[in-house]
Amino acid sequence: MSVATRVIPCLDVAAGRVVKGVNFQGLRDQGDPVELARRYYEQGADEVTFLDVTATVDDRATMYDVVTATAEQVFIPLTVGGGVRSTEDVARLLGSGADKIGVNSAAIARPALIDEIADRFGAQVCVLSLDVKRASGTASGFVVTTHGGRTATGIDALDWAREAIERGAGELLVNSIDADGTRQGFDLELVGLMRELSTVPVIASGGAGAIEHFAPAIHAGADAVLAASVFHSGEITVGDIKHALQAEGVTTR
Amino acid sequence: MARPTVAVFDYGSGNVHSAVKALEKAGADVSLTGDRKAIQAADGLLVPGVGAFAAVMDALDGARGGEVIERRLAGGRPVLGICVGMQIMFERGIERGVEREGLGEWPGTVRELDAPVLPHMGWNTVEAPEDSVLFEGLRDERFYFVHSYGATEWTLDPMPQFAKPKVTWATHGTRFVAAAENGPLSATQFHPEKSGEAGIRLLSNWLRTL
Repeated sequence: MSVATRVIPCLDVAAGRVVKGVNFQGLRDQGDPVELARRYYEQGADEVTFLDVTATVDDRATMYDVVTATAEQVFIPLTVGGGVRSTEDVARLLGSGADKIGVNSAAIARPALIDEIADRFGAQVCVLSLDVKRASGTASGFVVTTHGGRTATGIDALDWAREAIERGAGELLVNSIDADGTRQGFDLELVGLMRELSTVPVIASGGAGAIEHFAPAIHAGADAVLAASVFHSGEITVGDIKHALQAEGVTTR
Repeated sequence: MARPTVAVFDYGSGNVHSAVKALEKAGADVSLTGDRKAIQAADGLLVPGVGAFAAVMDALDGARGGEVIERRLAGGRPVLGICVGMQIMFERGIERGVEREGLGEWPGTVRELDAPVLPHMGWNTVEAPEDSVLFEGLRDERFYFVHSYGATEWTLDPMPQFAKPKVTWATHGTRFVAAAENGPLSATQFHPEKSGEAGIRLLSNWLRTL
């Protein structure tokens, strides 16, 4: 037997509410994060990810409360990302009840942050979150972006993933900015390239809009699939996705 | 019936919030404490552990954890180790080339698993012995693992007057010890407090032994 493919609902949180954005723009209220996390837990979610999409000082304090309240009733791993800049941020989030921490822009600005987190808390805590866009000018044709895809860094996404793993990232959350919000399916080429280079688990993110989008991401090499808005609207449950995956020969819990 | 009391060993080992809440849900009266008296007095002791083997041992040493655990076990008082809290029950761990002595309750060395993708992260099946108490009613369930190291051998063979240890296995590249029940000392490599309702059930199975 082998480890099951994970289905991970992602909650984009701003000011204590779940929001939905298309290409990170035009935020719309989707509900209470704790309540939604509990709903997904009951549906059989394998993990829940919270993404602090504004990460102002006030929102950060709200996020700690959201994580704590969720961890009291949702007994699956919780990942929190967005605005994590230091090991102190990580310590506070872990202390609030998070299990894994996503780092993104701050690690691009200062890659040693990954080493620091891995050394102090273990590689399993450190999830490298990459917002990736197709672009000419990089060897792979994929560039790492910041600010929700609005700023290209010029760094090749595959090089950055390799470096982050070397430094101690325990998992890659690969989000396609091109696919994000389109509901047209995951960027399978990107998933495949990440699988080829990665010795750590790969989570595919960005673009899920229908049940049949998930199995191809797994067949392209992802260990887990992450989606946001398809779950919040209630049209697709975690259970629906797992049934569809099983029908395609994918092992789920 | 009164709820059993469980002390969750607070020696600075990261996220213990979930362990406390999960034990409460499983039916225990839980305190998060590093106080030696409180730890001896509780019906059960849970030893959490997150991070590197050596770092966990350092933190435990700082709280005289070895002595505290040893004293409970010597009195036959139940202890449950979780994740690295299980690994440190073995003789030694080797992580990133650093060898560190463990508590040595069980023979064996904890080393890196031989698998193409590490950490072993996610929900996996286990092979539990028929007479396992921890896995009663949980035959077909999956549990949440997140680790890169494990004990790939079980060599403890107790004298005939003692009960035979119950060892549960899982496989990720390599077969490794997923759980062990050996007299008052039990441990799981996975996280029952992160394994949904199956994990809560496992914890309540343990609470019934207290």
